[in-house]
Amino acid sequence: MTVTEAPRIVTSRLGYEDSHTLERYVATGGYAGLRKALGMSPQEVAGQVDAVSLLGRGGAGFPAGRKWSMLRKAPTTYLVVNGDESEPATFKDHMLLERDPHQLIEGVVIAAYAIQAARAFIYVRGEFALGLERVQAALNEAYEHGAVGADIFGSGFSVDIVVHPGAGAYICGEETALLESLEGKRGFPRIKPPYFPAAIGLYGQPTVVNNVETLSNLPWVMVNGAEAFTALGSGRSTGTRLFALAGHVNNPGVFEVEMVKTTFRDLIYDATLGGGVAGGRELKAIIPGGVSAPWFGPQHLDLPLGQDEVGEAGSMLGSGSIVVMDDTTCVVRAAWRITRFFQRESCGQCTPCREGSGWLEKILRRIEDGVGSEADIDLLMDVCDNLAPGVSWPPQQTTICVLGSSIPSSIASGIRMFPDEFLVHVKEGGCPHG
Amino acid sequence: MSAAPGAGHLAPEVLSRARQLIDLYPHPRSALIPICHLAQEQDGWLRPEAMEEIADLVGITPAEVLGTATFYEMLRTEPVGTYVVAVCTNIACMLRGAYELLDHIQDSLGVRVGGTTADAMFTLEDTECVADCGRAPCLQVNHRFVGDVTPESFDRLVDDLRAGALADDIPHHGTLVRVRRAGGLAVDDATIRAERDAAAAVATAASTGGSS
Repeated sequence: MTVTEAPRIVTSRLGYEDSHTLERYVATGGYAGLRKALGMSPQEVAGQVDAVSLLGRGGAGFPAGRKWSMLRKAPTTYLVVNGDESEPATFKDHMLLERDPHQLIEGVVIAAYAIQAARAFIYVRGEFALGLERVQAALNEAYEHGAVGADIFGSGFSVDIVVHPGAGAYICGEETALLESLEGKRGFPRIKPPYFPAAIGLYGQPTVVNNVETLSNLPWVMVNGAEAFTALGSGRSTGTRLFALAGHVNNPGVFEVEMVKTTFRDLIYDATLGGGVAGGRELKAIIPGGVSAPWFGPQHLDLPLGQDEVGEAGSMLGSGSIVVMDDTTCVVRAAWRITRFFQRESCGQCTPCREGSGWLEKILRRIEDGVGSEADIDLLMDVCDNLAPGVSWPPQQTTICVLGSSIPSSIASGIRMFPDEFLVHVKEGGCPHG
Repeated sequence: MSAAPGAGHLAPEVLSRARQLIDLYPHPRSALIPICHLAQEQDGWLRPEAMEEIADLVGITPAEVLGTATFYEMLRTEPVGTYVVAVCTNIACMLRGAYELLDHIQDSLGVRVGGTTADAMFTLEDTECVADCGRAPCLQVNHRFVGDVTPESFDRLVDDLRAGALADDIPHHGTLVRVRRAGGLAVDDATIRAERDAAAAVATAASTGGSS
């Protein structure tokens, strides 16, 4: 088993207690990337980001450079940072916001310069009280330092950044819901088309929405150049990525590893990373990419952590979260809990999602409680089919946003990978795991 | 002309901060959620009088403030305890014993999920993932993280909170961000005016049913 010696691109300062301060940031090379970018033309900066194939780190994996290039030309353009990290078991942006807020701010200014936005909003999940305080404190320092505001570092370029707190709603991580929320409304995802806020975004103006980790890569890319970045990873999946590892592992946490050159097995079992399944037990299943993703079994452990590699195997890297479930896990209970989450967080706009999530949760609950029937298992799949016809991957969509079509992932995975376990629940009237 | 309903409820200092927030956005309504947080900082929850005054500040109706606030879990339209204890029970915490921990917490506080202790100190909730899964099972007290929670460490936490030993770390419910923005916008006035004009045009088109 080998873990590559890739440089730490977004976690280089985590060894310092004061990694969130301007003093530490500047002492460790901070804001050098921005100075370099300001010496180039905006087109050159955008071209460099396009060239490195920086796949979005939020969930959809859309290349950042391409997103920027789709912007409609208009007098007012906005940059919005999606820091509403809420996909269950994803906790990497939370760490970046608290531990290296200047790195994010530097990335925001570089991106704003590239797309010539005079205004950026950093939307931070409301529950991240410390993250909100750290980002605001860093922003105050950055204004004072001349890195944000008018005539940045004497370049003539100006941009204001506003930190905006959310207030508790998973759906606001969906970019059009986030924009509605930023406009002071209920976080209802917008009807598509337009598919991208690059055409019609915040207050109808062309808007780029980028994830925290995505933008945190930019200072390093500017300082070290495109070639150094594309030398890491393989194919479209270049650079490194943060993976949040949780569940039944010895060392849960956030790890930055080289894309594609690292496998699920490395991440879960390497002594410097996950350290193996807790208690030395057997691995039963993993949930890659957030709870919206179909599950994998032990046979998938040697898959590379690359966007296309995981996509072709029938799931997704998604939000960069990996949940490990050992052989003591009840898959019915796991699927029930994930479904309960979707039921609570459905915004209620679309009937299949609003009603379907509730029925699925109730049916799973009664199977887990031992009062389900064999027909309930078919009923689960039938309701899933109404949410995402065919229950295939990538899913067909019957709703405004992908929350609805994500709901079947855990249920179909559980039933298809462990049909006997569902049957035991209904035949023996209860959960064999107690 | 009589004063707007609710006028005078928000303290002058809160009002002045609310107006500073409005100045940061292309359209006043964008400041709605941040101002709701400020009102909760004053009162611990969103009182009807506060919502009426906020409506006036951002130029919408009190019903629109209520309709928006009720979408968001963190905005409370009913009183809560001084400390809201939100125990994560989502998948990563569940796999590491969150429901067993929650059983203990219910017994220990003497309230069920959704309840508030008789002394109004603690409101107990089970919450969705709060993104601290490296320290599962975890919980938040007024959105301050507490990780690797055991029944014993939870009981010590409650003792410390009751004794006021954590007052600096965990403020009363409603206080979210204690770091203030240092100044207003720095870009030139023409840029800000262009943003506001564009936002106002879109907002007007939406409210009159036209398309933009």
